[in-house]
This record gives sequence, C-alpha cells and structure tokens, in this order.
Amino acid sequence: MLDISHISKTFHPGTVDEKLALNDLSLHLAPGDFVTIIGSNGAGKSTLFNAICGSFLTDSGAIVLDGEDVTFAPEYRRARQIGRLFQDPMRGSAPHMTIEENLALAAGSRGWFSHVGKKEKQLFRDRLSLLDMGLEDRMRQPVGLLSGGQRQALTLMMATFHPPKLLLLDEHTAALDPATAEKVLRITRETVAKDRITTLMVTHNMRQALELGNRTIMMDSGRIVLDVAGEERENMSVDDLLDRFRIGAGKTLDNDRMLLT
Amino acid sequence: MNVLSFLSLGQTALELGLICSLTVLALFLSYSMLNVCDLSTDGCFTLGAAVGAVVAISGHPYLAIPAAMAAGICSGLITAVLQTRMGIDSLLAGIIVNTGLYSINIAIMDGSSLLNMNKTETVFTKAKALLEGTVFAEQYRLLVALIAVAATVAILTVFLNTRLGLAIRATGDNPDMVRSSSINPVFTTTVGLCVANAFTGLSGCLLAQSQKSVSIDIGTGMVTVALASLLIGQVLMGRGSILKRAIGMVVGAFAFRLVYTIALRLNMPAFMLKLVSSVIVILAIATPYLKRQMPVLRRRLAARKGGR
Repeated sequence: MLDISHISKTFHPGTVDEKLALNDLSLHLAPGDFVTIIGSNGAGKSTLFNAICGSFLTDSGAIVLDGEDVTFAPEYRRARQIGRLFQDPMRGSAPHMTIEENLALAAGSRGWFSHVGKKEKQLFRDRLSLLDMGLEDRMRQPVGLLSGGQRQALTLMMATFHPPKLLLLDEHTAALDPATAEKVLRITRETVAKDRITTLMVTHNMRQALELGNRTIMMDSGRIVLDVAGEERENMSVDDLLDRFRIGAGKTLDNDRMLLT
Repeated sequence: MNVLSFLSLGQTALELGLICSLTVLALFLSYSMLNVCDLSTDGCFTLGAAVGAVVAISGHPYLAIPAAMAAGICSGLITAVLQTRMGIDSLLAGIIVNTGLYSINIAIMDGSSLLNMNKTETVFTKAKALLEGTVFAEQYRLLVALIAVAATVAILTVFLNTRLGLAIRATGDNPDMVRSSSINPVFTTTVGLCVANAFTGLSGCLLAQSQKSVSIDIGTGMVTVALASLLIGQVLMGRGSILKRAIGMVVGAFAFRLVYTIALRLNMPAFMLKLVSSVIVILAIATPYLKRQMPVLRRRLAARKGGR
C-alpha cells in the first residue's frame, strides 16, 4: 500500500542548524497494516509523516502510495488519499463552522457547487451517534464549542469518512485526559478495523505500541532501528523492546514523555 | 428639521447605504470569511465605476454591469496571484494592485480624472423611464439598488453554503486544517478574492451611474468606510447563519450612512466622512482588545496606589 524507498531530508543544509532528519529511510506497508511507531526525541517520526503528506519535498528517494508515485505531488492532492490527525485537537476542524458544515467538507465528493442534502444530514447523524458523545444533537453548533476529545473524535470521523488509503495518527490522544484518550483510542481501533485502513500511529506509550496493531517500528536519528511483527512481537514485553532498541540504536531510548508501563 | 426632509434624508442614506453595502458584502467574503484584508478595494471600486461609466457612455447601460464585475474579477485575480503564487504578503499585494489601478483607471477614463454622465443612459434612467407614472416613480434609484443588493445577498448566501463556499470559509477559519486536507488553499483564496472583487466592481459601477459622474477618487477610503459598516453590522446582528450575517452587512452599511447623513445635517463638513469611518474602525477593533487589557491596567494602578 505504501512504499517508501531510501528517502532522506536535511533541514537547513550548510548552516549551524543543519539537521539530518530522515536518513536513507525505507518502509513498506502491506494493505491493512496497522503499524505503531515509537522513538526518541527528534527521531524523525513527525518528519516522516510530513514527508509522506508532502509538507516538504524529500532530498532523495521515492514515495509510492498504492502504486502511484506521489514523490512530487502537492500536499492537497495527496490529502485525498491520506487522512491525518495531529496531537493538537484544534488542528483538524474549523472552529467557527458548525459540525454539519465541517462534515460536509469532509464528505463532499460531488461537485464544487453541491449542497448538503437531507440524506447526507441523516448519514452524518447516524455516523455521529456511533461516537457516543451526543454530537448528533449538536450538528448546528460551531465546532469551537466542543471539548478537545470531542473535536479529536470528530476529526477522526472526518479523516475516515471516505476510508483513506493511509491513515496517519501523530500522537492523536496525547493531549487528551486519560478517560477521553481511551475513548478516542477505542473509536480509532473500531474505525481502522471496520474498513481495514492501512495505518501508521506514533505513540509515546510503550505498552500501547505493543498492544495496538500488528507491527511496531522504532525510530532513531531519522532511521528505523527496529521493526517487529507477528509472533516475535506478540511475545515481547516492554523491557524486551527497550533492549532491542538499545542494540539497534546503540544507545538507550531517551524520550522525556515516554510511558514505560 | 421637518418630517419630509427627514424622510428624504433617510432615503438618500438608504440608497447610498445599499449601493455601498455591495462593497461591504465583498469585504464580508474576503475579510470575515477568507481572513484576507483586501486593500485593493479602493482601486477596484474606482475600476468598476470607470469601466461601468465608459461602457454606459458608449451606449450600453446594461452591459456596463457585467463589464464592471468582470473588471473586478480581473483585479481580484491579480491580487490573488500576487499573494498565493509570488510570495507577496497579502496586505502588500493589495496595496500594490491599488497603486497600479490608479494609472489603469485614468487610462480607462481616456486620460481624464473625471467623467460626466449627465446625458448618458444608465440603468437608473432606464428604470426611471420604466416606472414612469407608477407609485414608485420617485423611488427608481432605491429600487435598482434594492434589487442589486437582494440578488447579491442571495447569491452570496447560496454560494457560501456550497462545497466551494465551505472550503473558502475553512481556508479563513483554520489554515492548518486546510493545508492537511484535500482543499487547495491557493484555489479557494483565488476564487474568494475574484468573487469579492466582482461585488466591489458592481458597487462602484452602480454608485457612478447613480450620481452620474466618476472621479478618480470615487473609491478613496472605501475600504475603511466598508470595514466600518461591516463592524457596525456585526455588532448589530451578532453571530448566526450566513444569511443573517449577510443581511447584517447591509444593515451596517445603512446605519453608517444614516449616522453620517444626520451628521452632515448637523453641519459636519462633508470631508469629515473619512475621519469618522477611521475612528469607527479603530473603536470597533480596539474596544474588545482594550477590554481584555483592563484587568491588568486596574491591577497596576492598584499596585501603584497601595505600594504593591
């Protein structure tokens, strides 16, 4: 589904701030893969997502999404096939527009001059009620009135309204309180499972990284230093994971927000 | 002031308010929705007036209207290209286009800075002839303006609720979200500015035709006047549906003109209009900010008095 081959990116080349953010990184995802990513501070996790989405052009290498070479495609064109959630719940929806209008934007696949019809509104209601947050009765309220968790759940729904070829989750529950985070995570799991969406999820929770999905990769200094799946992963404990990281990266994992338990 | 003269004052304010409310609706789209302060508004207003006048003088009063709107679209397109494709800051792009339009406008008016349309057929004289003998005979100017504004409000409301309209609103509301969605912000900004400037051009065209003359400074300060009307309209109508807010823009434009016309009657010289609109804009934008600062100021004062 996703083929990344040998991409590199250096920020601020030739200056004192020069930083090799992605170092000859290759990654292959099979359709339906749900991959969790962990890594130290500045390992290049978000940079990898930005490269996939097209926020910047990589210095070398190629990115192929579902057979289509998107290496040079502009960001908005890739976005038709990629859903993305950020840590900040405010980033994914327009605060002064209503829930209905936000959903209409995400759902609209007909022409530019189409309106939202009754049928679509009913569909929005049905989908919103699945979130179990009471949003289906607040469709005409501006999104700015929702809580962070509600907004993140709405953003997830918008990103997956038409199942994308690839879903990128960048610590999307990290800014939420534990109970809400759990709820958003449950919705995430159900959504991804229902449409078998190929997913990459960055997390700083080691146990979550092992429990969710079918594969875990660890990053350090712009490289993938560990890639485990299948039986090997199932029998792994957090301590095993840390050991393997130390061997792969040649140093201990250092992430000030990492949850080890 | 007797009742009759008050009524005629009200009618003048209503006519002018309605015609200028088209520019306010343009800013409603670019400033409130797209979050771009389009400073080419002054030049574009004059452009619409000049193009409309020249086409009308050449004997096509109806064609003058689409021509003025098309000219506005061209102007908006250039402003949009400068800021989305050439890395020019949006404020600067507006100012550059505004300056360039000054020369273009004089060129359109064939090198003169004043065009007279006293003997020209305009949409207003056409309407006057049409209404001859009916009860509306005296209100022909008002009726033309009313039809133009009603049509513009209707079109704008429908437009802002289409998918394209929603995308334009999202571009102004949350650029971060739009950047990582499948909406191309370059496209939405361009379309938004083109539509807005079409309205500005229409507004200029109608004002020129109603007062039967165009001078090169007909649009000077228009952006501030329209911004003042927009802010008044926001205060009067508050938030709500797009239709309600669009009507608020028209009400704001009328209220601004009414206050101004009354002030003229109370012997305020006509040249004060622009200062008044500047002060209104300053007050409307600064008041919420100063209100937020009040607690800090109060605390500082208290600390100074109480020696901490």
